Amino acid sequence: MSETIIILIKVVCALVWFLLITLYLTWVERKESAVIQDRIGANRASILGIRIIGLFQPFADAIKMIFKEDFTPRFSRRFLHNLAPFISFFFVAITISAIPFGDVLRIGGQEIKLQVMDINVGLLFVLAMLSLGIYGIILSGWSSNNRYALIGGMRGAAQLISYEVALGLSLIGLIMVYPSLNLSTIVHYQGELLFGWLPKWGVFLQPLGLLIFFFAALAETKRIPFDLPEGENEIVGFFTEYSGLKWGLFMMTDFMEVLIVSTLLTTLFFGGWQVPWLAADGFHFPWGSEWLLPHGIVVIFQVAAFNIKVFFFCWLQILIRWTYPRFRYDQVMDLGWKLLIPLSLANIVATAILLSI
Amino acid sequence: MAHFLFFLLAIVCIASVLGMIISKNQAYNALFLVLAFACMGGFFALLDAPFIAVVQIIIYAGAIMILFIFVIMMINLREGLPPERKKWTLYFALGIAVVLFVELILTMKSAFSSLKSGGIEKIGSPTDIGRLLFTEYLYPFEITSILIIAALVGAIVLVKKRDKE
Amino acid sequence: MIPLSYFLILSAVLFVLGAVAFFVKRDLITMFMAVEVMLNAANLAFITFAKSASSIDGQIIVFFIVTVAAAEAAVGLAIILLIFRQKKTIKSEDINLMKG
Repeated sequence: MSETIIILIKVVCALVWFLLITLYLTWVERKESAVIQDRIGANRASILGIRIIGLFQPFADAIKMIFKEDFTPRFSRRFLHNLAPFISFFFVAITISAIPFGDVLRIGGQEIKLQVMDINVGLLFVLAMLSLGIYGIILSGWSSNNRYALIGGMRGAAQLISYEVALGLSLIGLIMVYPSLNLSTIVHYQGELLFGWLPKWGVFLQPLGLLIFFFAALAETKRIPFDLPEGENEIVGFFTEYSGLKWGLFMMTDFMEVLIVSTLLTTLFFGGWQVPWLAADGFHFPWGSEWLLPHGIVVIFQVAAFNIKVFFFCWLQILIRWTYPRFRYDQVMDLGWKLLIPLSLANIVATAILLSI
Repeated sequence: MAHFLFFLLAIVCIASVLGMIISKNQAYNALFLVLAFACMGGFFALLDAPFIAVVQIIIYAGAIMILFIFVIMMINLREGLPPERKKWTLYFALGIAVVLFVELILTMKSAFSSLKSGGIEKIGSPTDIGRLLFTEYLYPFEITSILIIAALVGAIVLVKKRDKE
Repeated sequence: MIPLSYFLILSAVLFVLGAVAFFVKRDLITMFMAVEVMLNAANLAFITFAKSASSIDGQIIVFFIVTVAAAEAAVGLAIILLIFRQKKTIKSEDINLMKG
């Protein structure tokens, strides 16, 4: 019985974390873009006159979105039109279940893994769910029964499928280095040390893999350098015919993808919850000194490290989104097929050669 | 719990294949099939084959069916194909189906008694599959890669529009 | 523990349904999908027997079937697209050039 309760608590915690951070990413994006463009940004939302630099803004946005008119065009295929945003949303939200937030937490003789589901093939699970997310795009484009939306959906699906190949291939080198598909095992391997002082993080062992993964993942998030599926300002895209809450779901999905990409980057290439030289009983510095810590503090360190890394990559992605102009479609395809995929194949070969000597 | 999952998945799977038979819209057919394949991934996971389950979902539901949907959208036939074939094909098909089903069950009947629930040990770990693929099944594996390259080139050559001379 | 025979019966049912769909449907794409259903039913049987024999070979065969099915789908859909371009139809009855 207690097992079930623990799993329920884990599910709720992970989802709340995920949705809350996503909500605040919208605010961070508005603020960051404002700073980049020398504006002030959203700072008006207040509760009883208290406005802490606009921290209540996401909730105001959410309330506005919920109460907006939800208009379904008469010519759309109604059922699929209503279903598509939920498909998009669901397949991104479920990936959070495979991400390890920390090592084990021991409370009252029970060991709780800070991960919703410890799946044996967790990495492939995440990739599979992200690839199913394409259906949300195709369906929304097709069921809107609007040619611009359909073309946008096709553009989106073509782009996502192309970059999925690079995304998968860039991770093979990583799987060769850390011989596992289990995300928590991969993180555990990254706790070891190289030459006795350098943490064995993916970024040091697979620098090329990291770059390819990062570009491919940026394309998967469908945001500005790669926002061919839905360019809000000029090219009409797949969720043109949506309004109200369903449009909000698509918007949320975009930000959730940013967050998921950040967690994946952290987990795979930047040691996940590992803090350099922090073992289960405290810090063991390479110069010989030690700083022993109680178990609870160590867990807090780990979870905090994970969160800080994730926030950093969210910030980085938003920075990229507000800095670069959009690629042309042929440039997107060239980058994917002619640069990233050959490079990732070269990365696999190079990794194999380095591993065998 | 496992029983509940099995029956849920089985009902959804069979219902979606039936939906594919009944529905006349190809796009809906493809979506029904996606659902069926996703359920199939669930069955594989229940049968201790997590790697194959994920491969099934990535390749079948994530790649092959997207290809189908792409082609359906490209062809974009008007909805409402003319009514189904002459009635007798339906009865003919049903007859064949019954015969086939009885035959399959009779064949499997001998297998039922020899089915064991298998050992307790997990068998489907990716490591084992990878090891076997690169030792015992190395030649089939390499031949598959050649086949896929051939299919890729063939598909592109077939569909490419030739320039007018 | 679910009896493995359930899985076998399910695979038989799916195979038969795939066959029915193949006979009843008249457009090439859906017929092609019916073939995929039958392939999947076979996959399910393979995995069931692999579990029963505690051997991994059945799973490897399924792996090969899935990869070959991907190749087959690419070529098959290319052919269907070509047929559609030339004849503007994908109904199986209209493709009767070989009829004497």
